[in-house]
Amino acid sequence: MIEDKYISDIVKNIPPSGIRKFFDLVTNSRDIISLGVGEPDFVTPWVIRKEGIDVLDRGSTTYTSNLGLKELREAISFFLKKHYDLNYDPEREIMITVGASEAIDLALRCLLNNGDEVLVPAPSYVSYSPCIELTRGIPVYVPTDEKNNFVITPDDLKSKITNKTKALILPYPNNPTGAIMKKEDLEEILDVIIDHDLIVISDEIYSELTYDGKHVSIASLPGMKERTILLNGFSKAFAMTGWRLGYIAAEHGFIEAMNKIHQYTTICAPIMAQYAGIKAIYECEADIEKMRKTYDQRRRFIVNGFREIGFDCFEPKGAFYIFPSIKKTGLTSQEFCERLLKDERIAVVPGDAFGPGGEGYIRVSYAYSIDKIMKALERIERFAKKIF
Amino acid sequence: MSKKMDIIELLNENSRLTDKQISVITGLSEDEVKDIIKNLEEEKVLLKYSTLVNWEKTEKEVVRALIDVRVTPQQGQGFNAIAERIGQYDEVKSVSLISGGYDLSVEVEGKTMKEIAIFVAERLAPIDGVLSTTTHFILKRYKQDGVFFTDGPEDKRLVVTP
Repeated sequence: MIEDKYISDIVKNIPPSGIRKFFDLVTNSRDIISLGVGEPDFVTPWVIRKEGIDVLDRGSTTYTSNLGLKELREAISFFLKKHYDLNYDPEREIMITVGASEAIDLALRCLLNNGDEVLVPAPSYVSYSPCIELTRGIPVYVPTDEKNNFVITPDDLKSKITNKTKALILPYPNNPTGAIMKKEDLEEILDVIIDHDLIVISDEIYSELTYDGKHVSIASLPGMKERTILLNGFSKAFAMTGWRLGYIAAEHGFIEAMNKIHQYTTICAPIMAQYAGIKAIYECEADIEKMRKTYDQRRRFIVNGFREIGFDCFEPKGAFYIFPSIKKTGLTSQEFCERLLKDERIAVVPGDAFGPGGEGYIRVSYAYSIDKIMKALERIERFAKKIF
Repeated sequence: MSKKMDIIELLNENSRLTDKQISVITGLSEDEVKDIIKNLEEEKVLLKYSTLVNWEKTEKEVVRALIDVRVTPQQGQGFNAIAERIGQYDEVKSVSLISGGYDLSVEVEGKTMKEIAIFVAERLAPIDGVLSTTTHFILKRYKQDGVFFTDGPEDKRLVVTP
């Protein structure tokens, strides 16, 4: 047993993820239907997998440049222009990372000094706060709620800004709520961001999974490119979670700073994944469209299912989660999830794992077939009858 | 058109979906769904709502065979007349015109191998225009209509992920 004294204080003080805690509980259960995963149920399209195999076949097993393959950066530049009307120079303003997770870490490490504050809308992805703390920054939550479509408002934002606030993380489409920020929502907070000289870390990993309209990147708004660090990756849109391929688009100064960290800690993303990523961008548009359409159908189905059972359920416009309220059951989200698991063998994630504002909700993933969702809904209905 | 295709694909995947469920999934009203399905049935696009059964897991004894058949096409009718003639037997589950060394692929069902052998020898082979038959018994089904009969590939994702 390793003694506590060997572990750094900063690591010791980071609480374990609420998801992790629940994961341990779930792994000890058997025959469960899980609606708990945050990754596509599709296999990576064949053309991409084939490229991964071919890369190995060709014997391309080397490091690449720190920023990543030039052809991949060019492909990403093309993709960002085509889909989001963003202009990034592939030579100087794009870098490839090991998933969007590394990108989050790099962005924070390049920006933060000891004690700098970073605004994090809540509920949101579980990693932001720990990553801020590991960088010796201070996460400051900006709570969002269902009344405001889980979107941050200028007033909420202003109320949390201090002279130590350095950056704002903007995670839309959002995990776990499925909320998006429309162009007008982004425009509303623009003045606050610019007036307070904030840098925006815009996590757009779910950008391609937007329903009822097109995703708008804050970097495309006037005056924002120079103060945005845009993060994205291949995991969600191309069903490539295990390939660990992400990227950052930002002004050259930011890229240069992040690349300093990246070159010493990671060197480069795996070459197989990088070549596969090029194929993904140029040859898999139809695959993305098909997956998005399927998610959209499931989204309608599961939201309707939860509402019919009697849950209040916010209508998500992006990602692949719904975030139904369980407040009227009187149970905490942990209690609800543990009982649902025990009684009906259904795994969903307690909302409190996603920070303040998440209590009273559960995250339900619909990255599953309609058949499986149907079976799960039957069990959830049986459970609800007992507790409502 | 695309909503029509959506309905066809959804029913092809699961023919037990109700009109209401289809309406929720597609965003169409229930009446629109009903109308589209009615039209598709009338146009003979939707022919039957069937169930895929793994007979191996039941007590029923079923043997199936795929029979490659070479035939002489008939004047003015090509392969259609003979294909329809073959299709009239209850034992015949499907008949398709195929490319390659044979003309027709006929799937036949019986209780025993012997029953199928008798069907081929006494009913199928003697039909006018049938030149030859090659019978392949199906020993085990792994996948049909997109569904695995074995356990299929597992969902390898972790049960809960961020």
